Amino acid sequence: MTTADLIGKIFVVILGVAVFAAIIGLILFFVDRAPKRGRDYWQLAGFLLPTALLLGFGLIYPAIRTTTLAFANRAGEFIGLDNFVWAFTQPAGLISIRNSVIWVILVPLLSTAIGLAYAVFIDKARGERVYKSLVFMPMAISFVGAGVIWRFVYEYRGPNQDQIGLLNAVVTGLGGEPVRWLQEAPMNTFFLIVVMIWVQTGFAMVVLSAAIKGVPTEQIEAAELDGTNAWQRFTNVTIPSIRGSLVVVVTTISIATLKVFDIVRTMTAGNFETSVVANEMYTQAFRANEAGRGAALAVILFLMVLPIVIYNVNILRKQREIR
Amino acid sequence: MSSVAPADLPVAGGKGELELDVMREPKAARVKRRLTSRTATVVALVIAVLWTIPTFGLFISSFRPEPLIKTTGWWTIFENPGFTLENYQEVLFSASGSAPQLGSYFVNSLVIAIPATIFPLVLASMAAYAFAWIKFKGSAALFVLVFALQIVPLQMALIPLLQIFSATILPWQRQVNELIPILPDDSFLPVWIAHTVFALPLAIFLLHNFISEIPGEVIEAARVDGASHSQIFFRVVLPLALPAIASFAIFQFLWVWNDLLVALVFTDGTADTAPLTQRLAELVGSRGQEWQRLTAAAFVSLVVPLIVFFSLQRYFVRGLLAGSTKG
Amino acid sequence: MSSIRHRRWIVPIAAAATLGLTLTACTGDIAAEDAADTDCSDYEEYGTFDGEEVSVYGTIVEVEAERLEASWADFETCTGIDVTYQGTQEFETQVRVLVDGDNAPDLGIFPQPGLFATFADDLVAPPAEVEANVDEYWSEDWKGFGTVDGTFLGAPLMASVKGFIWYSPAMFEENGWEQPETLDDLMALTDEIASSGAVDKPWCAGFSSGEATGWPGTDWVEDMVLRLHGPEVYDQWTSHEIPFNDPQIVEAFDAAGDILKNEDYVNGGYGDVRSINDITFNEGGWTILDGQCALHHQASFYEGLWPEGTTVAEDGDIWAFITPGQEAGAADVTGGGEIVGAFTESEAVAAFQTYLSTPLWANNRVSEGGVISANSGVDPENLSSDLLREAYAILQDENTTFRFDGSDIMPGAVGSASFWAGIVDWISGTDTQTVVDQIEASWPQ
Repeated sequence: MTTADLIGKIFVVILGVAVFAAIIGLILFFVDRAPKRGRDYWQLAGFLLPTALLLGFGLIYPAIRTTTLAFANRAGEFIGLDNFVWAFTQPAGLISIRNSVIWVILVPLLSTAIGLAYAVFIDKARGERVYKSLVFMPMAISFVGAGVIWRFVYEYRGPNQDQIGLLNAVVTGLGGEPVRWLQEAPMNTFFLIVVMIWVQTGFAMVVLSAAIKGVPTEQIEAAELDGTNAWQRFTNVTIPSIRGSLVVVVTTISIATLKVFDIVRTMTAGNFETSVVANEMYTQAFRANEAGRGAALAVILFLMVLPIVIYNVNILRKQREIR
Repeated sequence: MSSVAPADLPVAGGKGELELDVMREPKAARVKRRLTSRTATVVALVIAVLWTIPTFGLFISSFRPEPLIKTTGWWTIFENPGFTLENYQEVLFSASGSAPQLGSYFVNSLVIAIPATIFPLVLASMAAYAFAWIKFKGSAALFVLVFALQIVPLQMALIPLLQIFSATILPWQRQVNELIPILPDDSFLPVWIAHTVFALPLAIFLLHNFISEIPGEVIEAARVDGASHSQIFFRVVLPLALPAIASFAIFQFLWVWNDLLVALVFTDGTADTAPLTQRLAELVGSRGQEWQRLTAAAFVSLVVPLIVFFSLQRYFVRGLLAGSTKG
Repeated sequence: MSSIRHRRWIVPIAAAATLGLTLTACTGDIAAEDAADTDCSDYEEYGTFDGEEVSVYGTIVEVEAERLEASWADFETCTGIDVTYQGTQEFETQVRVLVDGDNAPDLGIFPQPGLFATFADDLVAPPAEVEANVDEYWSEDWKGFGTVDGTFLGAPLMASVKGFIWYSPAMFEENGWEQPETLDDLMALTDEIASSGAVDKPWCAGFSSGEATGWPGTDWVEDMVLRLHGPEVYDQWTSHEIPFNDPQIVEAFDAAGDILKNEDYVNGGYGDVRSINDITFNEGGWTILDGQCALHHQASFYEGLWPEGTTVAEDGDIWAFITPGQEAGAADVTGGGEIVGAFTESEAVAAFQTYLSTPLWANNRVSEGGVISANSGVDPENLSSDLLREAYAILQDENTTFRFDGSDIMPGAVGSASFWAGIVDWISGTDTQTVVDQIEASWPQ
């Protein structure tokens, strides 16, 4: 890279941001000067249209295309529900669906619980920032990096060799036999889930910590005066006050969990009965060149998220009623 | 109109609305205390240690020579001493290619991540504002649709998006380049737009949670003063939502910085536009045999996200994403 | 208030920018190579182009990518064509995305004929010179890998020979072991080594390879199918004229299993049978060097994967012989290689594609070291090691029956998915019949 390239790239960033700012500025400027009649619609369009266009082309169109693909074979002919039948009859499909369900139950639950507990325990403590950074750090590591990190934890070596995996070193140190953590189904799925929890707890922790700090001190003090103990104050005052944040955290982590495939792909490649739907979808659509099967799995994934969406919609509706 | 500046919001006077406290700086009542109890201290310590050990092991390993990494545990560093900077040297200054090129990839990562953080944040705040404060028919339904779009798997959207780009942006870019020859002819536009598209649903969902919690009185007051939506957005909503926006900025930056999949498809894969992650993935070797190099690589790529986290961390404290106190 | 806020934003950006600049300082500005220093007489036939670009996409990365780029550096200097190579381990998935996204590279280097064939509709037929070169310098077998439904679409590039069995000559001599002439000899030798107690266990193996875990096992099975049942059955098997769970295939699995699934025979220095799935394929044979294992089955490229300082030679630390057939002197081998296909039509692309099919390129590339090509125009003197010369001799021997790695010919759903996964299950303890039945069920209709 030459210096000219570097300057060119800095210029590109500035230009890109400037053009973007100019477009947004112009949109809002003209929207404000729209004719009185129908100004509301102009304003609405100004705020929503850029997003709507991007989402329409970038996500809605692909989603529709995927859905139609799910009912077609490799040649593009309509084959009805065959791809779904495949997903629900082949061991590969069934196992991945089962595992995805386990993942989406355990990961949000545990990472939110641990993140919340941690946030409460370190709240207002000395060194809170350091504490937070330690648990947040996994979020800043790419999945490729996380794969290597956990290799040093789970790696298996024969009983006669030096263990290079921490977990097996502990086990053999205590006199046990080394265990193949990632090969013994069904426990290996749980060891992969641990990695995802390790990553997501940081997210839950920072969001919930902020929410806890938003709980009015007066309320907690009032409860304190009433003679409640710390646990009661936590369940009666803190939890209700941060319920909104809890829902957001659980929702976000659930969706991220259903979509994650990097962890499985880098650590077991879906072998040993550890595959999840997102990983199987990737394998079928790209490696196996079976776009239809991949699309069918994508649709199944979408259906798995529906309950989460519906739950959030209900909350949203309630909020609107309050207002 | 200027009366509606964030500094003199009429709401700070204790109207009793809970969510307002979220946005206020913690008051004197928040004195530093020790952890709530001894058990809490112990549990927090245990969690902190458990969460750090894996990364710490990687950190130690990154300074060990390859044969030792592959034959002995990192915790035996004192029994099997061996210290080397070779892993870092290989990653940073690897002789592969005609010159050490990590610098280019590093710059590319920044060139990709900065706009790809700004664009979705601005668009998402606008959309979130529209969903929260502009009343229109079908608002709820549309919002649910946006929310549900979060689940469209990235992999499924790659091909259609690339087709659209090939048909529109690339020819357009070529024309622009002919008009203004000083512009680099490598385009970051596709990768910016791709990241923006994929970030929008979650960003809108999270920011909407925050923006819709802004008390109606504040917005009403501005509206009575004759402010337009644009003015309210810029002068009331943006300043109030800044903590939430900054918090989301951290996450979005992290996601873009650590992304490999989008980069593989929308950059050209060379030092011209490809980000750090792509270069690091290559370092593993064509048959995955050099994975020990990633020990150092993981830390190199960790530096920037950590800087961002430390510098924006304060915004987390000031109330984040869902400042919601309603159930 | 607002100035404070600004500063908060500036700090991270400034810090990151500083870091970026510091790193950039390490890169330096590089001057382009001067055409005057290069002898261009060999390249005149390709003509000259004014700064035209040819983009090439492939699986080859790191050192091997550098050698590849070095092999056409002179071509670039002399013709003025700028070849940009991009290597990624995600090639198999990404190339489909790029082609379907109307953003295909000019040339793709495909490591699998099966994958190559799925792009038949997208590929541009190469210029006549390429086909002429292939006819002249390659065997019919090799031409066939670049031919889809009778249409020639691409020339082979490099090659590797699979099924070498690696051993330590010193260890063999010390114990009086001999290179086996037949498969039966091989089993007898295995038995002898196991009962001698000279090593931990006779064989060592490692199948772990990220998301491709299991592939070294497919090589074992393919070698057995070819050696036990011959090329006809092999072709029927890879083209699905006989089902994957045909009894002959089961027999081949079991023949490999006689070694791989026998606790007395594997996994020398590493533990039990299941440890095969834990050990990365590149470390698979390393315990031979520690005297804990005697035999390791892996392709010719394994030469480059031994730890630094290992000498690979007939009288060195490590040497190899090809997996024997049922009868002494049988010459059936499996192997791999790349096929070059073009996605765009232009004179520069055609010129470059032609160059890649010539002995000139092949010699340039093998001189860089580490690989062979099946191009008969290669001067064996240019090959970088004795083992590569041995492998090259096998490829050029008229008696050799060469078959491409079967998993690379089968459809992706089998060859790069269920076959790998099946091997992993098989090593984990699943019986052969269940495994082949599952793979058969995954074969696309």
